[in-house]
Amino acid sequence: MQFSYYPGCSMDTTGITYKLSIEYICSKIGLVLHEIPDWNCCGATAAHSKNKMLALALPARNLAQAEEEGLDLDVAVPCASCYSRMKHTVVAARQDENMRRKLEEIIGMPYKAKADVLNFLEIFSRPEMKRACQEKMYRTLKGMKVACYYGCLTSRPVEVTGASSTENPMEMDEIVALTGAEPVEWDFKTECCGASHQVDAPKAARPLIERIIRNAKANKAQAIITACPLCNLNLDMREGEINKAKGTRYDLPVYQFTELLAVCMGAGAKDIGIHKHFFPAFDLLNEYLRKAGD
Amino acid sequence: MDRCLNNRENAKALAARIAKDAGVDLQDCYQCGKCSGGCPMAGDMDLMPRQIIQYMRLGLMGDVLRSKSIWLCAACHTCVDRCPHDINLPGLIEGARMEAKRRGMIGVKEVDKFTDIFLENVKMFGKNQEVVLEGLYNVTTGHLMQDMVNVPHMLKHKIVGPELNTTKQAAEVKELMLRAQAAENERKRGEQ
Repeated sequence: MQFSYYPGCSMDTTGITYKLSIEYICSKIGLVLHEIPDWNCCGATAAHSKNKMLALALPARNLAQAEEEGLDLDVAVPCASCYSRMKHTVVAARQDENMRRKLEEIIGMPYKAKADVLNFLEIFSRPEMKRACQEKMYRTLKGMKVACYYGCLTSRPVEVTGASSTENPMEMDEIVALTGAEPVEWDFKTECCGASHQVDAPKAARPLIERIIRNAKANKAQAIITACPLCNLNLDMREGEINKAKGTRYDLPVYQFTELLAVCMGAGAKDIGIHKHFFPAFDLLNEYLRKAGD
Repeated sequence: MDRCLNNRENAKALAARIAKDAGVDLQDCYQCGKCSGGCPMAGDMDLMPRQIIQYMRLGLMGDVLRSKSIWLCAACHTCVDRCPHDINLPGLIEGARMEAKRRGMIGVKEVDKFTDIFLENVKMFGKNQEVVLEGLYNVTTGHLMQDMVNVPHMLKHKIVGPELNTTKQAAEVKELMLRAQAAENERKRGEQ
C-alpha cells in the first residue's frame, strides 16, 4: 500500500515520536509513503483565523505538488490540524469550481482536487492495514488499560472529516485493541486540548488538559493514547507541570497510537523515542511486555 | 473603539456581513445554550458563545469585537457540532476576530501575537519553526520565561535544535501569501 505523504512542520521536532513510530511500522508492513517534495506549512490555526483565502491556498500548494508527482495517490497526513486544513481545501475546491480556479491562480500551479486526504486513523482502520499490522505484531500489551483521545480535528467539523461519530468515535479504540491493550470507555474522547492556546492563553487553557487527564484516570485508564503531535505534546508536556503546580499525582503516560503498534512489532525504546517523552513512558510498557512474558 | 459601531444600523449591517460570510442566518438561533454548555473555553470568556450570537442579532457589535471571547475560541467546533440548527459559530467568531483586528481592537494580545508571528515564520521559511515561534513569542509578549523549564529536556533529547527546516522554494510560498492576501481583500470588497 502506498500514499503521498505530508508530514507537517512538527514531525521533526515535537512530533518526533509519532514520526519515528510511523516510520518503524512502515518498514515492517511495507507501507510506502512518498513525501511531497517541497511542502510548506498548512497554515494551521493562524491562517484561518486571519485570512480565508490563505487558509485554503497554503494546503493547495502541497496538494498540487502531490498531483504533479503523477503517482495518483491519496495524501496521508499524521497531524490532526494539518489534516483538517488540507481536507478543508479539498472540500472547498470540489464544491466550488470558481474557488478551485482561484486557488490555482494563487498557487501558480494546476490543482484538480482529485486526491483525498487521509489521517492515520483512517489509514490504519482499513481492514488490510489491520491485517498487515496484526501479522507483524508478536508482542502484546494485554490488559493495559488505555483512554483513546481523538481531540477535535479528526472528527470535527463533520462536513469536512466525514467522521462516523463526533462524540464517541471508535476507530482508534479498535486499532489499539490489536495490541492487546484495553481501551476504556470515557467521556473526553473528543474534548479540546486547547491547541495553541496552551501557549498564548495558558491560564484559560490549562484546565482543558487537566480535565482530560482527570477523566481518563477516573475511568481507570493507565495511559492516554493520541493521534496528533500537538494533542500529544500538550498532554505529555503539561501533565508534570500540572502535578507540580497543583499537587496532583496524575500518572498517565501519553503515547501516540502508532507507538503502541510499533512496540508490539518489536520496536525498542530508542527506535521510536520512548525516552523523549516528557512524562515517563518506559516503565508502563515494560511492565506489560514483561507480564506477557517478553 | 471604532465610533461607527455606536450607530446601531451600521453595527447591524456589519453583523449581517459577518453572518453572511459564515453562511449563518442569525435568526436561526433560539438561544438554547448548548454552545455555551459545551464550550471548553467558556470558563474564561466574557461573552458566552450563546451571547455572541444574541449580541450580533441586536447589533451590539462593539461588545462583540471588544470581547476576549472571540480571541479565546479554540475553533474546536464543539458548538456547531451540537447546535440543533448547525449554526457556524466558529465562522462568526472568526469573522468578528478579523473585523476586530482591522480596527485595532485586540481582546487578548497574546493570541494575536502568536498568530502573527506564526504567519511571519511561514512567510520567511515556508514552514513553521517552533523554536523561532516560541522565542519571538516570549520576547514580544514579555513572557520571557514561559515554558523555558521544558527547554533542557527538548535540547537533551534533540526534540528541538538550532537547525532550521525550511521549504526550499520559500520565496514561492511568500509570493503565494501575498497573492492570497490580495485575493482575500478582493473577496472582502465583493461582500460589501
